[in-house]
Amino acid sequence: MNNSTLSLRTQPKAVVNWPITILLLIGSSIFILGVLYITLVVALKDTTQMTRVLSLPKPLVLKNFAEAWKMTDYPRKFLNTLIITVICLPFTLITNSAAAYAITRNRDKSKFFNGVYYYFISALFIPFQVLMLPLVKQASFFHLDNILGITFLYIVFGLPMNTFLYCGYVRSLPKSIEEAALIEGLNPMQIFIRIVFPIMKPIHSTVAILSIMWTWNDFLMPLLLLTKADNQTLQLAQYVFQTQFSTNYNLAFASYILVLFPVVAVYIFFQRWIIAGVTSGAVKS
Amino acid sequence: MKNKISFHFYLMILPLVVLFFVLHTFPFLQGLFYSLTNWKGYGPWEFTGLHNYTQMFRDPKIAEAYLFTFKFTICATLLVNILSMSIACGLNAKIKLKNFLRAVYFLPYILGSLVVSYVFKQIFSNIIPVWAKALGIPALSVNILGTNHAWLGILFVTVWQSLAFNTIIYLSGLQSIDPDVYEAASIDGCTGFRTFRKITFPLIAPFFTINMVLCGKGFLMMFDQVLALTNGGPGTTTQTIAVLIYKRGFNGGQFAYQSANAAVLFFVVIGLSLFQMKFLERREKKYE
Repeated sequence: MNNSTLSLRTQPKAVVNWPITILLLIGSSIFILGVLYITLVVALKDTTQMTRVLSLPKPLVLKNFAEAWKMTDYPRKFLNTLIITVICLPFTLITNSAAAYAITRNRDKSKFFNGVYYYFISALFIPFQVLMLPLVKQASFFHLDNILGITFLYIVFGLPMNTFLYCGYVRSLPKSIEEAALIEGLNPMQIFIRIVFPIMKPIHSTVAILSIMWTWNDFLMPLLLLTKADNQTLQLAQYVFQTQFSTNYNLAFASYILVLFPVVAVYIFFQRWIIAGVTSGAVKS
Repeated sequence: MKNKISFHFYLMILPLVVLFFVLHTFPFLQGLFYSLTNWKGYGPWEFTGLHNYTQMFRDPKIAEAYLFTFKFTICATLLVNILSMSIACGLNAKIKLKNFLRAVYFLPYILGSLVVSYVFKQIFSNIIPVWAKALGIPALSVNILGTNHAWLGILFVTVWQSLAFNTIIYLSGLQSIDPDVYEAASIDGCTGFRTFRKITFPLIAPFFTINMVLCGKGFLMMFDQVLALTNGGPGTTTQTIAVLIYKRGFNGGQFAYQSANAAVLFFVVIGLSLFQMKFLERREKKYE
């Protein structure tokens, strides 16, 4: 699909548009790469080197990182965030896609399934602020105010968006294979696990990326629910330690780099796949 | 096909429906209910009917928060859509380093908004003033986040971060356009901005709708950036509705009152989203 549109597009005289190329290069290097460059070099300097912000650090100061690492209890926070993200992902993919499959295949036949569809989708428009005050009480009542509990909440709270994405995709799948499998004697659950789930790969990747980005970077839900220091995530730790960074901003930047680095590293390796994943979800909707 | 629905299908959704009701809908209904009481978040309470709502309309703090949030939402939505559409058109043009540039412009999306806000907070307070003094630009030589223009700083950071996702959506819209259309247009003598206005924009109208709705909804609920950059200050000049609900609801003993505020926010978001979808979809239809 992508290849054919690409080749079509290069057919007319392929003149490189240099003004736009240069404009985009300047924009990205000032506003995006420039900001990351500043963050990195400031983190690698000490206060005596700050007269010229843009210059390369000389000597390299690595003790900012060591200090930020110790001060924020980085390994613990990293592990917490990783656990939440890693547990949440497979459960989100399996449960949310199964629900969307059941909904899409029965919406025309049953008022109940159609109702569930609108029930989930309409929740897209409910601001989190409306339920966050009671949710905190609710979560402590069910003992969900810890790492595993919050994982659980992410799986459930992702439903509206994921139903929207998955249902759009399932609608485009041909029913004939499933009907054949039904005649072969497979039940709908087996059909879903063996046939439908595997062919949903493109939309799984969209949902996976959105889910990972959300759970890794979320700040509000951990702020409300993860009050114990041992449970805190990377983002929340930045908030908690903010006041202690105020006197030494080289240290602050080192801490920011520690939080940003894992995501950027993963992104560098998988960026094409990530962009394609998000795009395919966007086109479907 | 038989009309009877296999119990397997119910098995696939019922647990999620129950969980979603217990963890999402129930707290939502509770929030609506508490908005009709005078509960502080602890201790005894009484049913007070619509008192919180009538009180809200006379509360200058709330009015200020709504005004600020609306002003902010309008500016951010316009800026994000104009810029992301331009960047998407650029990235879709015949350019060098296409994949590299796409990767760079999408980068902000993957970075957490809280940490990004902290990075910019440091840049605003410690780096830009030093440069501005050296270059002799008095307007920028103070930390913008401490001035009356603090909201411009928040606007900048928010737009910086939101651009990526909207750009991706516009880009996928642009790629769905058949290049033959452009060829036909150029044969008819259509060039430059006219092509964009008469062909590109109508064809990506559905993507414009999605982006406008997502932006409107997202910016009305702005939280992370404000909390990280100004904490609502200086004074309460940059306090968004979401920040106000959080601060007063949890620490100000205004659980019920802020629940009413949240309920109003809910109706505003719903209203705006429906209005946008209706209005923009009618626009889309015009082009069909």
